[in-house]
Amino acid sequence: MQLALTILMDGLIYASWLFVVALGLTLVFGVLKILNIAHGSLYAIGAYVAASMVTLFASWGLGGHFALIAMLLAAIGVALVMGPLMERYLLRLFYGRDEVVLLLVTYALFLILEDAVKLIWGVNPYYVSEPYQLFGNVAFASLFYVGYDFALIGLAVVCGIAVWFALNRTRSGKVVLAVIFSREMSASMGVNVDKVHMIAFTLGIFLAALGGAFTAPMISVQPGISVSVIIVSFAVIIIGGLGSIEGAAIGAVIVGLARAAAVHLMPEAELFSIYLVMAAVLIFRPEGLFQRAAARKI
Amino acid sequence: MSRTVLVLVAAGLMAALLLIGLALPRWLLFLVTLAASHGIVSVGILVIMRGGLVSFGQGLVFAIGGYAAALSFTQLGITDVIVLILIGTAAAALVGAAVGPLLARYTGIFFGMLTLALSMVAYGVLIKSPAVGGSDGFNIPRGTLFGVRLEGAGGDYALYALAILVTGIAATAVALHTRSARGLMTRAIHGNGLRVEYLGTSVQSVMAINFTIAAALGGLGGALTIVALGHIEPTFAFWTQSGEFVFVAILAGSHSVTAVFIASLALELVRSFSNLYFPNTWQMALGLFLLAIILFLPAGIGSLWAGRRKASPSSGGETP
Repeated sequence: MQLALTILMDGLIYASWLFVVALGLTLVFGVLKILNIAHGSLYAIGAYVAASMVTLFASWGLGGHFALIAMLLAAIGVALVMGPLMERYLLRLFYGRDEVVLLLVTYALFLILEDAVKLIWGVNPYYVSEPYQLFGNVAFASLFYVGYDFALIGLAVVCGIAVWFALNRTRSGKVVLAVIFSREMSASMGVNVDKVHMIAFTLGIFLAALGGAFTAPMISVQPGISVSVIIVSFAVIIIGGLGSIEGAAIGAVIVGLARAAAVHLMPEAELFSIYLVMAAVLIFRPEGLFQRAAARKI
Repeated sequence: MSRTVLVLVAAGLMAALLLIGLALPRWLLFLVTLAASHGIVSVGILVIMRGGLVSFGQGLVFAIGGYAAALSFTQLGITDVIVLILIGTAAAALVGAAVGPLLARYTGIFFGMLTLALSMVAYGVLIKSPAVGGSDGFNIPRGTLFGVRLEGAGGDYALYALAILVTGIAATAVALHTRSARGLMTRAIHGNGLRVEYLGTSVQSVMAINFTIAAALGGLGGALTIVALGHIEPTFAFWTQSGEFVFVAILAGSHSVTAVFIASLALELVRSFSNLYFPNTWQMALGLFLLAIILFLPAGIGSLWAGRRKASPSSGGETP
């Protein structure tokens, strides 16, 4: 019982930031039909910039809760710089090509960003653990948890609801849905599709950077974090069904629980428990859990 | 190019390479051997890719071929490299035939992700298996060819010749296959699978067979690599390894099998020189190179001399 609860809590905490990152990935795929491998690099850049910003803020005497603002600013900054740059000057050149070609373009981008990060921040790990203590410890069912972990779950819920609400309950969100449904038709109805693409892409990047920025205090920020994150978030959105918000949420929880269960019950299986779950889901639901059946065009 | 001409050209190329090999320094000989053994794996990816799918898990069959050959050497005492290569190829082909029909149901990105997942599961199992050396892998001594131990400069050349001949023959067989009725069917499936179904062909069986061919080629490459390298480790199945195979396949394009080996050699050369001169930015160079190819040479470097017939097949997936 105690063990089940521990697995549940660990799984949810892991799922929280993973959901934020995967949400960005699934949003970009939904609107632009691009499976962005470089998403993991943006997560890493978010984490690096956040680490630098928190240190910078601290040097200005703005410690404590200002660190949270620093992390948020880091994510916004990364998104505003990288989003339009990548979408407008790179990805746009390849629109209309095969999905696989676009996948390789983002793979190339991933390789480039990976080295760029090493050039800027070096290869030594960064630690910014001060914000991790901000919310103290919480006693929960005879176990102690760090309050920050709960704050992360809150952040994930807020992000999920915000994106869902914006898409389904606002006018501009419905325009985005229209573009997802049919690019040509919305363009002929007067929607500025280019603009929608750029905004959606930037928002996706923001979510990746946000996930990176807010996990920076929990991990050592070092080269290689992008790889593990992108592979796991792929698994999440593949399990949930590409382009589905609910799918990303369920997928993140499934992956989080699978990993937590593996860590506690069979530590040697940690690495591939996630892929095992993904393969299992794909065998029974070839297009993920939440994918609607699409008409086959002849 | 008719079949006879194709076979003659291939034989000529192989003979020329065998002669050139006599003049090459040992480090370059080794590099070409590796490039050939890696290139044949990418040829396998091209076989699948002609049907509009990309496998991101070819490291799986590469590792299976490698481990099967390496374990046959250390556990069963088989030292003849040709037998080892056959064992590696057969083992990978068996696995390919088993998972092929399962994978054939998937399209687009899902196919890629499932193959990636399978190879990563294999990586995860291998890295936690002390019996096969865990994450360090293990070493394999030099094998024998017709009872002669492959050592020194002569041994290096023998391995080079073997790699050229084996991959050359396999690649020629693939080139012939792509010109056969079944091979052309793959191209039709890329154009429109549903129409092909209506014409009475099973898309799934064609794709399953393609996957099995690719698996056999992957196993061949893996076995050849460990015979030349003398070492095997779980990274053979890691996704970056699979990514490199895809990279070479894209670089080469689907017009020419020869282009794959040129691309593979280019990658090995770029890697060796970059490691030497700018070790910290070689991934970046690779990325920029890949972007440039996709942007300016969308049908791969093979399109420079072959397949100037019609529009590139990479844009042929659209419904008219």
